Amino acid sequence: MSAFAATFSDALSLLAHFDHTVLEIVALSLQVSGAAVVLGTLIGLPLGACIAVGRFPGKTTLSVLINGMMGLPSVVVGVVVYLILSRSGPFGALGMLYSPAAMVVAQTLLVVPLMAAITRQVVEDVWARYAEELQVMRFSWWDSVTTLLHDCRHSLVVAVLAGLGRAMSEVGAVMIVGGNIDGATRVMTTAIALETSKGDLALAIALGMVLIMIILALNALAYVLRQWAMRRFG
Amino acid sequence: MPIFPLSIHDLRFAPNGREVLAGVDLELSEEGITLVLGPNGAGKSVLLRTICGLIEPSSGSMAWGGAGGTRPQQGVMMVFQRPMMLRMAVLDNVVLGLKPLGVAGAERRRRGLEMLERVGLADRAGDSARQLSGGEQQRLALARAWLTRPRLLLLDEPTASLDPSASAAVERIIREIRTDGTRILMVTHNLGQATRLGDDIVFMAGGRVCEHTPVRAFFARPRSEEARLFIQGELPWRMRFQGA
Repeated sequence: MSAFAATFSDALSLLAHFDHTVLEIVALSLQVSGAAVVLGTLIGLPLGACIAVGRFPGKTTLSVLINGMMGLPSVVVGVVVYLILSRSGPFGALGMLYSPAAMVVAQTLLVVPLMAAITRQVVEDVWARYAEELQVMRFSWWDSVTTLLHDCRHSLVVAVLAGLGRAMSEVGAVMIVGGNIDGATRVMTTAIALETSKGDLALAIALGMVLIMIILALNALAYVLRQWAMRRFG
Repeated sequence: MPIFPLSIHDLRFAPNGREVLAGVDLELSEEGITLVLGPNGAGKSVLLRTICGLIEPSSGSMAWGGAGGTRPQQGVMMVFQRPMMLRMAVLDNVVLGLKPLGVAGAERRRRGLEMLERVGLADRAGDSARQLSGGEQQRLALARAWLTRPRLLLLDEPTASLDPSASAAVERIIREIRTDGTRILMVTHNLGQATRLGDDIVFMAGGRVCEHTPVRAFFARPRSEEARLFIQGELPWRMRFQGA
């Protein structure tokens, strides 16, 4: 058996036996990325909708800035969060560095611009069609934002999924602020990087397979839900 | 806050230098259905949007409820040619206009169901609004506006692209809204509809009101040459050639 096939066989064996290390890493990954996506949804979606609906000076500049930040390098975010949370930083007293909470902060900063930019585009298109009627009905600015977010909810699943994909596949920022500590801050991506460098490719591939399966399963679920919702609500 | 009489004087709107409203003068009293007729590009829809406050005119004045009166915060509604249908149930769509008025949820629902009954959509209350036919959607839009008890209702071609039976259903609701005490200003291209629904006609061409007369007089003896040609179906062609 070639080394390639043997590695895959070992990886499948780890998954089949519900390896404790794999499960622990997967669970922490889901917790950290899930929390970041929840926070990102709570911040990014209203932020994007506010930019779409609002009329204020600097709107175009802000839109360009948010779009540009979609490609924010994760290591840069990692370094910035590291500086903020390190002992000498403004939030050093919280003692969050090298904890899952620090990883959630870093991932949230990464996903918010992405989710806000997608939301802005989706809501802006709908706002262009609905603005007059909502204005005639004397909808306040905030009521318009919440109404449009609700109306675009099926399309905004894409924004949430994009955020989840970015959070789960990100490695640079969580490595810097989490420290990749075994049993404490080791997530799938940092574990894959570490195990690959150590030569334990079976564990790296097993984690990689889980990562891909989770992302595919979530996308499939979102697709099915969207199809159902489009049939139900048009 | 009083709305009538509504006096519009020398209303102009000229985005990018192109004059869409070129000095509109119009008086609206408290009752009736006024139909706005005119060729495409006459400024009919823009006039409705300006009255509604969606467009800020370049110059001119609108006196609400007598000389010096300002635009009321409530009481003016507009229904568009393609009404907004949110991805919600029919009932949720119809009560939408009550939300900014501060009507509580249970009361909104009660009034909404009552209104759906009036427009013949009660059996569709739980369905998605987007699954309604074009005629049903327009009835829903009218019901949504009617539910807010407007004093002035502006209708921008509400029966455009509807079949005759759907148009008839919409016309029936418009008459009921009028009977209920709402003043209606409606844009249409349908001359038959104008004779069926209208009390008076405002005829516009080139961004101006050419005449404002009772329906019978308008069709029997149009005062302006533009109106006469429009009734004969020639005006759009003449204007095009003159413009060229």
